Amino acid sequence: MASNTYDAIVVGSGISGGWAAKELTEKGLKVLMLERGQNIEHVKDYINAHKESWDYPHRGLATQDMKEIYPALSRDYPLNEMTLGMWANEQESPYIEKERFDWYRAYQMGGRSLLWGRQSYRLNPEDFMANGKEGIAVDWPIRYEDLSPWYDYVEKYAGISGTREGLSVLPDGHFMPPIPLNAVEKDVAARVKKAFGGSRHFIHSRSANITQGINDIRVGCQFRNKCWLGCPFGGYFSTQSSTLPAAMATGNLTVRPFSIVKEIKYDKDKKRATGVEIIDAETNETYEFNSKIVFVNASAFNSAWLLMNSATDVWEGGLGSSSGELGHNVMDHHFRVGASASVEGYEDSYYFGRRPAGFYVPRFRNWDGDKRDYVRGFGYQGSASRAGWRKDIAELGLGSNLKDAISEPGDWTIGMTAFGEMLPHHDNRIFLDKNKKDKWGLPVLTMDVKIRENEYKMRKDMQKDAVEMFEAAGLKNVQGYDVDYAPGMGIHEMGTARMGRDPKSSVLNKHNQVWDAPNVFVTDGAAMTSASCVNPSLTYMAMTARAADFAVDELKKGNL
Amino acid sequence: MNRRDLLKFITAATGVAFVGGKALAYENLPVVPLSDTGFSKEDVAFFNELGEVIIPRTDTPGAKDADVGSCMAVLVADCYHPTMQKTFKDGLVTLKKRAEKEYGKDFLLLSAEQKMELLSALDEEAKAYNAKKGIYGDVAMSNPNAGAPWDEELVAPHYFSLIKQLVLFSFFTSQVGATKVLRYVAIPTKYEDIPYKKGDRAWAT
Repeated sequence: MASNTYDAIVVGSGISGGWAAKELTEKGLKVLMLERGQNIEHVKDYINAHKESWDYPHRGLATQDMKEIYPALSRDYPLNEMTLGMWANEQESPYIEKERFDWYRAYQMGGRSLLWGRQSYRLNPEDFMANGKEGIAVDWPIRYEDLSPWYDYVEKYAGISGTREGLSVLPDGHFMPPIPLNAVEKDVAARVKKAFGGSRHFIHSRSANITQGINDIRVGCQFRNKCWLGCPFGGYFSTQSSTLPAAMATGNLTVRPFSIVKEIKYDKDKKRATGVEIIDAETNETYEFNSKIVFVNASAFNSAWLLMNSATDVWEGGLGSSSGELGHNVMDHHFRVGASASVEGYEDSYYFGRRPAGFYVPRFRNWDGDKRDYVRGFGYQGSASRAGWRKDIAELGLGSNLKDAISEPGDWTIGMTAFGEMLPHHDNRIFLDKNKKDKWGLPVLTMDVKIRENEYKMRKDMQKDAVEMFEAAGLKNVQGYDVDYAPGMGIHEMGTARMGRDPKSSVLNKHNQVWDAPNVFVTDGAAMTSASCVNPSLTYMAMTARAADFAVDELKKGNL
Repeated sequence: MNRRDLLKFITAATGVAFVGGKALAYENLPVVPLSDTGFSKEDVAFFNELGEVIIPRTDTPGAKDADVGSCMAVLVADCYHPTMQKTFKDGLVTLKKRAEKEYGKDFLLLSAEQKMELLSALDEEAKAYNAKKGIYGDVAMSNPNAGAPWDEELVAPHYFSLIKQLVLFSFFTSQVGATKVLRYVAIPTKYEDIPYKKGDRAWAT
């Protein structure tokens, strides 16, 4: 059926899927973007975006019933009344935990681009070489220089606020003015600089919240700190605010929500994918769509899941499994460890507005001659603020004294949390469970991922160094913490279809093509060969734009 | 809407079967009617009385002005773990009995001073009780939705800590509390340092 044929199919509509759709349509391809969940229209469907705490029956809290439906999500902060409905229903889409894995999935138009943390950093040149140098996993098939122009490209379009710092560990990019640091943070930054002689840096975070208007849709951040409700001001990068409008404007994009891509159709004679088969999530009908190329952007685990379910008549483990690495080498960023402290003085200082981001401390371990008993490193994210009504009030008793005391801001405190690199380990894997099925009769994933010795050693420094920095900055009541981490909590799943130089040890080549099906591109977290310690989404954007450019070139040359 | 219906509603709101294709993501649950909470109007009035002792009207509105009682009823019914529900409900009975025993009157008939005296004593007892149970930190600061349905060994703090927590949370997340007692600007448009002088109110969030 002619109407079922496109130049390209993009599976998924999140950060990388949105970029794939934008790039491919702008280059003239007719593109079908498939989204397994419902449509979410920019502004119109951000139904809670203007609600306040008192507008919610439970004031924003998760109820016991919500926890029943979302048992995994309820383990940490993401489950709440404000974003209820933005997360995959765990009863309909279960998974199995051989080891605990907290999997935060957003099955809807825009995916997690609506719900992301927006911290946006470039990997550094060393990140691309560390595996090769240290003999860990496999070498990246690309170098920083391959991606650098594409970082430039996506930063300019996405809009990243930040400051140029000239640090080799955290390459500069194209930035809008930063989200300001407050008086206390500026002071701590100066004290850290003095105490560490420039070997540690306390800088503005780099965030995909725009501090300058771009167009009618992207008016700019209003400092409401309600990003996760969908921003009617287009204040941050999301599919809806950024890539989707561009793709739609070309007239080349068709979007089909409620489309669960079940498998990639594979022609074993031509060694090419021919399209995809989907299940309509509402009607359970199956449909086939054909295309010259397929971009797989379903998020790291679901992209691997889709490959595992495809071409199983050729390879039992699915498309890309000939390497023996499909579904393996799962990475996340381990965190929930750091320090907090109180800040004396600054009683005459306060702030106006609610920031969507704070400060950042780039990696300094195993860098610039430093050598630890573990490899790689970590960065910190944090902020300083004055205590609000939730400050400790046990001693204040009841009545007007209590009311007055907690109605005024309390002392300044500062806190920071480390985000550490997790090594790719072959035994950290996800695989299909053929016995358990989801609502649509599809096999579900089993998670078998643990953090290991390198991460445990690193965590000691992640806490100790935070304490050391705050103490060196002269802060008081410095308290280190490690509140435990379970894989998945970082919401940075990576590595399940890694890039490499050899089809025997990697799923994707240096252009994100599946070795066994060069017209299938995987450009989300699945492609990551190592994790770095920085937030990864900006890298997915750059990788996707690069792969789309290559794909269209190859199509023109008749190579795909 | 009872709990079962609510559960169904949430499932629908988060699933795929939409009536008329209307997007329900981000959508609020409907206001919970009092009849679904298992509490009565009298209960709510009683909660408001307790609230007013903890956060009284001064030159700014107090707990009754914010109707913390209605919010407390919903939070206890929907957000509370069964262990906390039991502690809270048993606690209310204990508190009423204690008023009868110590003052020979229903709590509601006590003078303002007597109410404050009784609740202050309970506040002190709660601190000691929590410390003895190994519950550290200020319970009143936490969100009133601790524990999940499958947590079997949840340890409840003293019931008065629950009351205080519910009052503070309900009050400061209410429109009255957030905008008339604290400060709130819906659309700040910027972030910047500002001077602070003693007496200036804190931001609600």
